[in-house]
Amino acid sequence: MATNAYVPHAAGYVDNEGVKIVSSRFPYEDSHTLERSLATGGYDGMKKALRMNPAEVAAVVKDAVLLGRGGAGFPAGVKWGFMPPVWPRYLVVNGDESEPGTYKDRLLMENDPHQLIEGCIIACYALGLNTCFLYIRGEMPVAHERVAQALNDAYAAGLVGKNIDGTDVSIDVVLHWGAGAYIVGEETALIESLEGNRGMPRLKPPFFPAAKGLYLKPTIVNNVETLANLPWIISNGADEYKKYGSERSPGTRMLAISGHVKRPGVYEVEQGKVTFRDLFYGENYCQGIKDDNELKMYIPGGGSAPWFFEEQLDIPLEASEVGPAGSMLGSGAIVVMDETTDAVRACLRVVRFFARESCGKCAPCREGTTWEEKVLQRILDGNGRPQDIDLLLEIGANISPGNYPVAAHPDGGLEAVPFPPKQTTICPLGPSSVAPITSAIRRFRGEFEAKIAAASEMSGSAV
Amino acid sequence: MSRLNEENVALAEEIISRYPRKKSALIPLLHVAQEQEGHVTNAAMEHLAELVGITPAEVLGTASFYEMFKFEPQGKYMVNICTNIACQLLGGEELLHHAEKTLGIRPGGTTEDGMFTLEDVECIAACTEAPCLQVNYRHENRVTIKGFDGLIAQLRAGERPEIPNHGTLGKVRQHIPADRLAGIESPETAGTPEWYSSRTAPAS
Repeated sequence: MATNAYVPHAAGYVDNEGVKIVSSRFPYEDSHTLERSLATGGYDGMKKALRMNPAEVAAVVKDAVLLGRGGAGFPAGVKWGFMPPVWPRYLVVNGDESEPGTYKDRLLMENDPHQLIEGCIIACYALGLNTCFLYIRGEMPVAHERVAQALNDAYAAGLVGKNIDGTDVSIDVVLHWGAGAYIVGEETALIESLEGNRGMPRLKPPFFPAAKGLYLKPTIVNNVETLANLPWIISNGADEYKKYGSERSPGTRMLAISGHVKRPGVYEVEQGKVTFRDLFYGENYCQGIKDDNELKMYIPGGGSAPWFFEEQLDIPLEASEVGPAGSMLGSGAIVVMDETTDAVRACLRVVRFFARESCGKCAPCREGTTWEEKVLQRILDGNGRPQDIDLLLEIGANISPGNYPVAAHPDGGLEAVPFPPKQTTICPLGPSSVAPITSAIRRFRGEFEAKIAAASEMSGSAV
Repeated sequence: MSRLNEENVALAEEIISRYPRKKSALIPLLHVAQEQEGHVTNAAMEHLAELVGITPAEVLGTASFYEMFKFEPQGKYMVNICTNIACQLLGGEELLHHAEKTLGIRPGGTTEDGMFTLEDVECIAACTEAPCLQVNYRHENRVTIKGFDGLIAQLRAGERPEIPNHGTLGKVRQHIPADRLAGIESPETAGTPEWYSSRTAPAS
């Protein structure tokens, strides 16, 4: 099989050299079938787990320091430990992937659904529960079809459902599908949606899902990629897992690098071993900036992440390094922008996303994101006013007070403000809209001022 | 005649049986209703309300939150062009403008012949394949202006049979045979699974 190349049947995935923990079957054209799964060690981790004590399984996951791959990066084993000894309890799989720039979960569901199902059973077993809901984003019908087929096959083969693999363990995995709402990726909104309601986040406290989640019962919400790691971890053990990646962030991540690079793609990369520079310019990765242009800025972890620049290129890709530098690795989505990019236009586009996706529950976000979009739009359209830059920062401060996380800019006299931001809202959606604004204004204020100055000249009035 | 038909009532009942509370089935059921008619009708929402034991207003309350549910007739093909950041950088907005001009409609509009509805959408998770779009939620990657024109011609000529009509989500559905089901219980009565209790019981 060719390596360091695109895989045609998994559009976007690049089969590069290096360890594969979750994408090992991607090079096979039939990677989504039960036959391929079973022929390549599929369900071995589950079979091993079912013959261990549930607490032992949970201990292995905790020992492996499996950091959540959905965005927050919280250790899954620790999260599991927050569940009080109360039943019934539920596992909800978050497959509502919609963060701008992100699409690892779609690839994992489409190309290796059995690995995910196996991960679900391992988690359910460790947590002592028998009902799991797999929530897939509505706009992903192929993932939906592949997972539905995989579940049907796995039920028929005795690998899910009643008396799994001939044991007394019985666990149902129910496929559920969404209908288009970014906010449902937030775990309490996901639970609301799964209860058949509008997907609006719940107040925490008291609604921490581990204690009061689905039907107000203890619930663990885990990301698709997080669960997809479990079969490998149980099969090979925590010590083996920790040989890959870095000490604080073991294992790999599926990173989607898009935008102005020569070879955009989804790459499985060891955490902490590779820098942004390696990723953008390395032969095994993106092979340089498109048209050999200069790099202007990049989003290191999805639309919600503050932007990075040239100065941050040598930071290794791991949450514990990116956070103190002023941003986040988030959902593993990196968007690269070259010198031809208009900072105001790019900023507006990311902000517009949050304005459209705000659920409307909290006033600072509902009103704030709408105004951020309006003000940015008028600057871009040539109708900006001199006070608009300060106005944007002020609106941002109403959603996220205090020093907003920002990357260092030694030449501009800026020091890094570490992630995460503060918030006046229930969930992080509103505060996320402030990321592109502070990033763009603090770095490219001149571009905003030039557009506003041109507008004043055109109208002949200094407002 | 836009309550669920007999076949879909059976399907709805099967879906409902997989949830500890009926209302949890609401979003999947709305998809079933949308698949039947191409959009979600008032009569269908009243029917769903009966099936899950809530009011029609509650059904609308939920349905209206979600982008994918449409309450008016849509084109046979919903063309969703992504203009979010990764696609914008590589020409997503120019592609949208070209589509507007070619189809003669603005986002949200439907062509007079009922073939196409156009939408300007947020990230559809194919960012490395920008600019991308979906036709009835099926991806088309790295779409050029010429490629877009070719796609529209193919759709008009009926040359893309693998793309189902608007409203059809998955062509494969989950089905759990009764003898394979572990058992979905009400959250009020469900307790600790026996297999778990037996494994965590203190050693005697």
